[in-house]
Parts: sequence; C-alpha cells; structure tokens
Amino acid sequence: MDIKIIKYYYGDIPEDKGAGGNGDNSASKEFWPLWEVFIRSKQGIDHKHVGSLHAADAKMAIENARDVYTRRMEGVSIWVVESKYIHASNPDEAASFYEPANDKVYRHPTFYDLPDELTHM
Amino acid sequence: MSVQELEKLFQSKIDQEIKIEPKDWMPDAYRKTLIRQISQHAHSEIVGMLPEGNWITRAPSLKRKAILLAKVQDEAGHGLYLYSAAETLGTTREQTINDLHSGKAKYSSIFNYPTLTWADMGAIGWLVDGAAILNQVMLCRTSYGPYARAMVRICKEESFHQRQGFDILLTLSKGTEAQRAMCQDAINRWWWPSLMMFGPHDSESTHSEQSTLWKIKRMSNDELRQKFVDMIAEQVKILGMTLPDDKLKWNEARNHYDFGEIDWNEFWNVVKGNGPCNKQRLDARRKAWNDGAWVREAAMVHAEKRKMRSEKQIA
Amino acid sequence: MMNTDYILHLADNALILGQRNSEWCGHGPVLEQDIAITNISLDLIGQARSFYQYAAELLGATEDKLAYLRDVRDFKNCLLCELPNGDWAQTILRQFFFSSYQYILYQQMVEWPDERLAAIAEKSLKEVTYHVRWSSEWVIRLGDGTEESQARMLKAIDYLWSFTGELFTPASYETTTLNKQPWQQRVEDIFTEATLPLPGNVWMQTGGKEGRHTEHLGYILVEMQYMQRAYPDCEW
Repeated sequence: MDIKIIKYYYGDIPEDKGAGGNGDNSASKEFWPLWEVFIRSKQGIDHKHVGSLHAADAKMAIENARDVYTRRMEGVSIWVVESKYIHASNPDEAASFYEPANDKVYRHPTFYDLPDELTHM
Repeated sequence: MSVQELEKLFQSKIDQEIKIEPKDWMPDAYRKTLIRQISQHAHSEIVGMLPEGNWITRAPSLKRKAILLAKVQDEAGHGLYLYSAAETLGTTREQTINDLHSGKAKYSSIFNYPTLTWADMGAIGWLVDGAAILNQVMLCRTSYGPYARAMVRICKEESFHQRQGFDILLTLSKGTEAQRAMCQDAINRWWWPSLMMFGPHDSESTHSEQSTLWKIKRMSNDELRQKFVDMIAEQVKILGMTLPDDKLKWNEARNHYDFGEIDWNEFWNVVKGNGPCNKQRLDARRKAWNDGAWVREAAMVHAEKRKMRSEKQIA
Repeated sequence: MMNTDYILHLADNALILGQRNSEWCGHGPVLEQDIAITNISLDLIGQARSFYQYAAELLGATEDKLAYLRDVRDFKNCLLCELPNGDWAQTILRQFFFSSYQYILYQQMVEWPDERLAAIAEKSLKEVTYHVRWSSEWVIRLGDGTEESQARMLKAIDYLWSFTGELFTPASYETTTLNKQPWQQRVEDIFTEATLPLPGNVWMQTGGKEGRHTEHLGYILVEMQYMQRAYPDCEW
C-alpha cells in the first residue's frame, strides 16, 4: 500500500496545502500575514519565541507584540519576522527522541497553585 | 519509515512525556483534533469578551471598571495565544474565524447566557473562570508543545481573574440587602451552566478516549467537574450564600460532595445553538468582522504601497 | 491652593474618552486592534483615576463620588472626548487629535511646580507617547490606503475638525495657555504623509470645559453612573 506522508514544517506551509487554507486569497486584501514574535526581557540575554500574531506591516506587528506579549514591561526588545521567512530545520524522524528546547516549565505539574484554601485565594 | 513505525515513535514520545512540536510527524487525526480543540478554546476566549464587555461601561466604581477592562483585555490576549498555537498546526486565522462565524466551530456554551446584573461579573469570575482554570491547569501538561506553553502563559495571567470575581461577590455579600440578593441571584443563574462547562458525562463524551491516549486531555470531564464542585461548595460558605442544588451534600464515604443531576436537555440545546444568547453572540462577532473588512483591507493596501515605494527607492 | 476645576477637567477628559474607547471592546476590526484600543482605554482610565484621587483629596471627596455623582453641567471634558465612536476612522482620528494635544500638555506639566501633577504627567507621558504613535500610524494607513478608507477619513476630518479648537482654548480656570503650534505642525506632517488635506479655518465648537456639552454626554453618564445612582451609598 502506498501511503503518502505529508510533513508540515513550521512556517513552510504553502497556503493551498494548509489544513484550513482558503485557496486563492490573492484577490482579497483583507488577510493580514502572520508574524512570529521574539522577546528579550530586561533581565534576559537572548530573544525567546513567544508566539505569533497578524499584522499588516512591521510597525503594527511590533506594536501589537508590545500590547499582547509584554503588557507594558519596560526595557524589552521585540523582534518580529513574517512567518513565511522562517525556515525550520528538517528533523530526521529516525534519529529523534530529541529534547524540546528551552521551555521546560510546562513539565511542572504543580506550576499553578489551585485556589483550594478557604481564604481569599 | 512506514506509517506504523512513525505512529509507534509518536506514541512512545507521548508515553514518555516528550512534547510534540510543530515540525514533528503526527497522525492526521491528532492534528485535526488539536486544531479543533485549540481553536474552539480560542473562540471561547473571544466570545467570552462579550458578556463581560457588556458591563465595562456600567461598572459601579472606577477601580472595578479598570479591573474589568484589564480582565477582558487579558481574554483577548489569551484568544490570540491560542489562535497562534492553532496556526502552528497548519490552519489559518481566517479559516478558524470562518468556522466560528459559519457555526461549524463551537465555543464554550457558558457564554451563551446573558449578563443581567453587576453581580454576574462576580459570578463569572468566580465560577466560570474557576472552572476554566481547572481545565487549563490540566492542559499545561498536554502533549502538544505550543498548546501547553500557551496554557502556561494563560494560567500565569489567569490568577487574578478568579480572585477579582470572588472579591466582587464578597463585597456584595457584605453589603445592603439589595446587594446580597443580587449576589445570590447571580449565583443561582450561573451555577448549573458552570457545571455544564465540563461537558457531558464521560460515558457520553465522544472524543475522550483517543484524546486521553494522546494526552491531549489529562483528566476526564467528570473528574474535573467533581473537583470543581468540591472547591466551590466550600468557598460559597465564605460568601454566606448557597448553591441552587438541594442534592448538594458532603459524602463522608466518598470524600467528595454529592450533587444533583445536570439538566442535559438544556445542555444539548445550548450546544446545538438554542441558548439565550447564541445568535446574539455570533451576530456580534460577525458584525465586528464584517464591519472591519475595509480597515483590514486598507492596512494591507497601505503596506503594499509602502513596500513598492521603498523598492523603487532602492532600484 | 491648587485649582480643582482644572484637575477635574484633566480627569474628565481622560475618563470620558476612556469610556468611549472601551465601547470597542469585543467589537474591534481585528483581535490585535481590540487589544490595542482597550489598552489605550485602560491607560486613560488610569490617568483619570490619578487626577480624581488628587482632586478628591483637595475637596474631601472620593474618586468615585467625583466620577459618578456629578451631572452633565459639572463635567469639564472637551467636547471632542464625548463624541460617538463612529467607525474606526473616526475613532483613531479622534485619538490622534487628542493624544497629540495630551503629549504637549504633559510635556509641559512635568515642569510645573505642583509635584503631584508633575508626577502624573511623567507617568502619563510614556503612555501618551505610544498613543500618539499608534494613532498617527493609523491616520497614515487609512488616509493612504484604499479609496474607501480615504473617504472615511475625509468624513471623519469633516466631523471632528471643528472640535479641535477647544483643546487649545483656555477655560476660565486655566491659568496656562498651551502653544498650539507643535500640535498644528504634527497634524500637518501626518496628514501630508497620509495624503489627507489639511482643513482650513472653521468656526470651532467650545463649551465642554465650562459644562456646556453636546447631547451625547448625558447618555454617556446615564450608562456610566447608573449603578451608583440606582444603589446609592453602597460599597462595590
């Protein structure tokens, strides 16, 4: 049996193959491109990827990033890159039990203290 | 590598608590389930802005106004984090929004109830956000990396949401007779819908088994619901209020609260679109999107003009 | 003794415009901009609270009594702040006019002898710098965007322009005059880049600073103050 495996690489998704893609959007100018956001906090030494957002141009992308991802933290550095310009490495499945980079915070099951106590939470 | 080998590798990652990242191979069904779940979660945050946004202009003090505005703004941000996570799976914002507006995608039914009094702001913060938090903490350990990371960020910011809701009710509970009545009335109207937030009984839940295997879902509907009831049944005592369930009773043997049966007719009706505000909520979102079309278009056209001008300059 | 009328004027400006902007919450043209405008709204309400708290101390009142229990004739905000939001063009243009004015005002205020006002101005200046940039860019985007967006901008200019004069027309309780020139220059610069025509001299609306408002403010206050009026003397 011939099985076709489609691999999606982050940012490399051509619009017509996207799982939810709308086909030809070129006629409509309504859709703002996707930008990836990288933030370096005041205490940080390098920029971390924090997520993405839609903006019409770079100025707007930076302003939106400030509104969404920094909540008025002072002295941060923001980088934005249109997602389509990000090229991702191609993981070789046979080799990979790789460790995910940097963010291990999610592994702590008690990260969030449940408001179980009877006082003011 | 054959599909079976890829699937084995994929499942073993999951079993070992190794996160699945956007570039990894994943079963199509896993991808589809996640797109559905994450985007519905995102829609819930966005639609959820409406019942609360309703009261920003009428908040009874400047402090409450500012807090409510900040909370609703947070929710917009959470929606954004989640749309962002969904887009790593190959869908686009446009597609997810189209699915919401067409009625194809769901959002949390709780937001199909109207906010009638100021006390509703308290009830929503305490009960609705309280329920959401239980779910979200569980999702911080979900198998898909971007989703888990979005949930961690959301949980960090969520901490004040439930607090401010309870605080609103606490203030009311210590106030005038009218305020105390307002408080109890809001609790009466929001209690059962909050329980419905946890979804149908485990036995009726269609996606559950596979989602559990893939560690998308880490606790069952009924488990979470029980946890919620146990928590709230204690907290309500501090308010000096009651929950509208005459079957609510501490069961020493189970070490849990027993509680009454949800009106599943109401549950399924609201899910199907027959709730008090379903149409109103979707209409509002559609209107905002449609009314905004010229804005989005203008911004893109301007960006292109700018680009062409700068290219001309370089040439 | 600080001029409490003036402080109330500063507070009312920020509160009423903050209130108007907050009406967009959940209804913005795109999610990211919903966040941006509510951000601005939150900043303005924060500024309002700082001013009300100061005035409250001087008057032996509370911030809420001042915001919730004064009627239309006692509010001292500029008319520009109370105008309806209209469409996105009207909203961002109103913000551009107002924030550009606030920028000049706060820049001067940081030098004033009243330490409290100077401190509020210093904090607010950071926020307003962002408001000016954000709104300027939107004026340019919409002015130099599509035919439709330009048409809407022209309509917005037509509606709002006659309310801009009041910003620089001192009220009876205003002891300093602001220099309008930098504001005028900024408007010219941005309008030029936005390919928008600069309006000529028109008759300017005034009165808000002295409590003579448009019919809009009454409705704003009804909505804003209703809880405190319906349930007097309560804690919230």
